[in-house]
Amino acid sequence: VTGPAAGRPGTAERPLRVAIIGAGPAGYYAADHLLRQDGLVVEVDLFDRLPTPYGLVRAGVAPDHQKIKAVTAAFDKVAANPRFRFFGCVELGRHVSVDDLRGHYHQILYSTGAQTDRRMGIPGEDLRGSHPATEFVAWYNGHPDYRDFQFDLSQERAAIVGVGNVAVDVARILCRTPEELATTDIADHALEALAKSQLREVYLLGRRGPAQAAFTNPEIKELGELPGADIVVRPEEAALDDLSRAALERSPDRAVQKKVEILQEYARRDPTGKPRRLHVRFLVSPVEVIGNAGGAVTALRLVRNELFATETGTLQPRATDVVEQLDVGLVCRSVGYRGVPLPGVPFHESWGVILNEKGRVLDPTTKRPQPGEYTAGWIKRGPTGVIGTNKPDAAETVAGMAEDAASGRLLDPPEPDRAAVERLVRQRQPRCVSYADWQRLDALEVGRGRPAGRPRVKFTRVEEMQAALGRPDE
Amino acid sequence: MTIASLLASKGSRVVTVGPDQSIREALALLAEHNIGALVVADAAQRPVGILSERDIVRELVRSEAIFARPVSGIMTRDVVMGVPQDDLAAVGHTMTERRIRHLPVIEGGRLVGIISIGDVVKAQRDRYQGELDTLQFQVLKSPAA
Repeated sequence: VTGPAAGRPGTAERPLRVAIIGAGPAGYYAADHLLRQDGLVVEVDLFDRLPTPYGLVRAGVAPDHQKIKAVTAAFDKVAANPRFRFFGCVELGRHVSVDDLRGHYHQILYSTGAQTDRRMGIPGEDLRGSHPATEFVAWYNGHPDYRDFQFDLSQERAAIVGVGNVAVDVARILCRTPEELATTDIADHALEALAKSQLREVYLLGRRGPAQAAFTNPEIKELGELPGADIVVRPEEAALDDLSRAALERSPDRAVQKKVEILQEYARRDPTGKPRRLHVRFLVSPVEVIGNAGGAVTALRLVRNELFATETGTLQPRATDVVEQLDVGLVCRSVGYRGVPLPGVPFHESWGVILNEKGRVLDPTTKRPQPGEYTAGWIKRGPTGVIGTNKPDAAETVAGMAEDAASGRLLDPPEPDRAAVERLVRQRQPRCVSYADWQRLDALEVGRGRPAGRPRVKFTRVEEMQAALGRPDE
Repeated sequence: MTIASLLASKGSRVVTVGPDQSIREALALLAEHNIGALVVADAAQRPVGILSERDIVRELVRSEAIFARPVSGIMTRDVVMGVPQDDLAAVGHTMTERRIRHLPVIEGGRLVGIISIGDVVKAQRDRYQGELDTLQFQVLKSPAA
């Protein structure tokens, strides 16, 4: 792609104007790729419904994993480009519509992530004390929509369903001591609640075996080094079944072998009397959440699984007739995320993503690209991968955008103008937040953390943020 | 990572051919869509076979008069099929070992997509690239974006 044809947008006089919806990693990586296109001059406006950027880096990545959050330095570099603007506190479908955007941009990219969780689909799932892990994570990370949620930490026993990275985060946060948490940027309300936690036994429940567990080796190693919790693994559950062993012999995978070794070492450990115990269980699936007369969770009914190989060689769980009851007063399900449809944007219900082909949004009837609309990140490919996975993902989408810009397959906005957007947004949302505003909030949060030796103390209410920016109550 | 995550951004369009359609029609479809294989599906969109370039080449060597023959005569009937929940690592291994280039994906007996070995390799490359970037960040803390 060598830049726009004569008269087409993408030149200094007539930049290609792009709106990106959702200021998480995918949105920033897409902005970065767009602003670096050779021979194509692009202006990017990045919108987010929250006043704060960074998506799940702020609201998802665990507070005791500050190193991972360092990626925001790269995002700030992107934001420093004079052809980049941020409109925080502006929600698609509430303050601006897709049609509004069509009036001002040649291309629109949706990178809104996977905002809800998948359900287990078992009886009792909605009893009091049974929560999606996403809500717990958003709560301890100070997401304004979740800050007033309640989790009953007076319970002594909790189960987390799933063994992916989110499940591991939740288990680890539940097992951290108040002293450990007090050095992080965990939300103050969560710090206070977790300091009073009565939890003694925390269970992580995997439906398959140790070789199939989704958590990574650094994460499972970290669970074995917690100052406040002993890790407990049953030797018979850490042992490899015949199918898993055969699969590993056929295609040796160093990381998987290491993972199994780590878990088998845990299985040989004796508890050292730490205040909490973290049990990692395998080959069990909840089939029912059991409650008391008051509608509160008291236990999980678990069925033991065995593995079988599908046609492609994937080892999947199959229920046996062995059932057990696990007494717990708190349940967090972490069995996957799911995207939420955006108003006016085609959606693929089975995959829970925007209907797309390599990032080009498709017309639901013709299954052909819908000119000018794109997607990147979890709402494009589903909830998989680490933060960095969004970089090649966004690159694929941006390659299509550049191709379409070169061939003129674009929207034809009547007002492709920076100032016109600014006017429209300020009129619809006078309290919108610019990048400079965010940087003031950021500095204030960091300043609030300094006396306690914390990376920051987060603002957890939108009104608090607006007040900190010197804006009076609405 | 599962097959579902690969199909999510691949589009759900699968080019199929009926078992009773002719090889000529199948060739036209391969050329029109610039692809290497067609899923052979019955009227209810249930896959009954796969027809690849190789199937056609192999048959052409035997006889030049194959164009009017039905697809069902030369298609591969013994087809390995995937489901959306299959792990990509296992799928990649099986496709490599058994020299399978195209894998139809079914859900509830119905065809929901097709993935090629190229798709699997690309997904794995993107995954490693992403993990590498993330690790570099944590170790070097130098913005590479």
